Amino acid sequence: MQSTAAASTTIERIVKVDTSRQPMPSRERLERIFSIEHLDALYGGKPAIKDISLDVYKNLVTAIIGPSGCGKSTFIRCLNRMNDLIPSFSQTGTIRYHGQDITDAGVDPVAVRRNIGMVFQRPNPFPKSIYDNVAWGMRVLGMKDSLDERVERALTQAALWDEVKDRLKASALSLSGGQQQRLCIARAIAVEPDVVLMDEPASALDPIATAAIEKLMDSLKSEYTFVIVTHNMQQAARVADMTAFFSISRGEEGQRWGELIEYDATEKIFTTPSDKRTEDYVTGRFG
Amino acid sequence: MSTHSLTKAALRAEGLPRRRAVNRLMELLAWLAAALAVAILGIVVWSVARRGAGALNLDLITKTPVQFSFTPVRQGLANAFAGSLVIVGIATAMALPVAILVAVYLNEFARAGIRTAVSLTLDVLNGVPAIVIGIFVYGLLVVGRGQSAFAGSFALACIMLPLVARSTMEVLALVPSSLREASLALGVPRWRTTLSIVLPQTIGGIVTGTVLAVARVAGETAPLLFVSSLVGTQVSWDPHHALQTVPVAIFELAESPDPADHTRAWAAALVLLLFILVASLGARWLATRSARRLSASR
Repeated sequence: MQSTAAASTTIERIVKVDTSRQPMPSRERLERIFSIEHLDALYGGKPAIKDISLDVYKNLVTAIIGPSGCGKSTFIRCLNRMNDLIPSFSQTGTIRYHGQDITDAGVDPVAVRRNIGMVFQRPNPFPKSIYDNVAWGMRVLGMKDSLDERVERALTQAALWDEVKDRLKASALSLSGGQQQRLCIARAIAVEPDVVLMDEPASALDPIATAAIEKLMDSLKSEYTFVIVTHNMQQAARVADMTAFFSISRGEEGQRWGELIEYDATEKIFTTPSDKRTEDYVTGRFG
Repeated sequence: MSTHSLTKAALRAEGLPRRRAVNRLMELLAWLAAALAVAILGIVVWSVARRGAGALNLDLITKTPVQFSFTPVRQGLANAFAGSLVIVGIATAMALPVAILVAVYLNEFARAGIRTAVSLTLDVLNGVPAIVIGIFVYGLLVVGRGQSAFAGSFALACIMLPLVARSTMEVLALVPSSLREASLALGVPRWRTTLSIVLPQTIGGIVTGTVLAVARVAGETAPLLFVSSLVGTQVSWDPHHALQTVPVAIFELAESPDPADHTRAWAAALVLLLFILVASLGARWLATRSARRLSASR
């Protein structure tokens, strides 16, 4: 093994950790929002992720990084019971959200998703007007007072208001991909969730739209808690306070599943990771 | 063989002329088969039009038939057109809501096993001969009560149900699951997601399937022979009594000894054919329109 100094210079050349974002409060003052213990997720009896245990802290951006197929998306979809929609899916372990296990039989997944919103990999606006995309969820959920102000606030928070304020009645499908994704973020935060899960929100976007989304996550984290899945390490380094690195493990009979390798402050993960596999991944030596 | 030789002799050695000949022959056969399919429709339309055009006039749909007349009077089939309208209309009103609910349940809520089983049942129901459905409805609703347009509508609704349910399932499957996820991720319940996000996307497809089913049952004769055929000659809109319908009228006129009746049967058949043609084209137009809308929202 090389000396730590040499290793860290290599890492910094590849991934620059952004220090311009809001600083992370000290670890003792952080409030745990999710407490995940020994989470296994299976599709048709085959494990996709095994034995994931980690805590997600309130008002931070937590990034999940790792190679394709390591179960990042499966993991994040466990957090708001989105995998319930897949018939062959099953899971074991506990996911405590503010102390309550959301995998309990008595927990209503609709209530879980009401508190834990999600933005998907590909922009999926409703085939409605821009205004209705943001307003529909609030209307359905009974947030009917001062709808116009709420729509404007959500679109402003999503850094989209200036671009669409003159054509709120236009179809959301007439927007560009980056605008559609910001509209989806506005739609998600308009219903005032507690946590916003983002499953590779920038993977279909150009660098300018990506930067806009990263900036808005940083400015919104005082109000929300973000968990973001990304295959882009630079993005994790730019936006995340905490970073979890997932990797693929292989069984003797060719099975593959995702595992949590290391979870720590983003600076630590990208400069002085404690696991060799993390270091290989963040320095681009991953095979 | 990779000799890079481009001479004719080399090609002949590989059997190219023979392959080319087989290719041409098969292409010709396929073309003939396609032409035959078009020709059959063409011949049907042409022969119906040639024989029926003579009696095709406004009287056909505005005047009622005159029975046992020894003077040549012009008469129409207004009672049959009115009856068809009533019976098919009520059948659609019966079949449509049930079919949509069946499709929504199977596509949005049912487990895979139930979906397969019920889909198969729908296909079998679709394959049940119309005359069998006629006998079934006769035994269920007509024996002891007498014929009625309601019984006819019920029989036609049984034929429409699997058609509309299957076509609705197909358009529901086209709605991208990302739209359902978008709604569910907001904390919206599934029933509300289905009602407000999924179903509005499928209206075009549902209308298309319904129009095609209407076109199909408008021409059904067999089930109506048992349940709505002992009819008067006056125009009536009362579904409590048996009502004349266009296909049954064609059947009866065709058996008449009077050649003028035969001409009227052809004319009525022409009207029916034109209706089905227009309905199918209209349905096609609606289908392409809704497919465009769906692909734009992906």
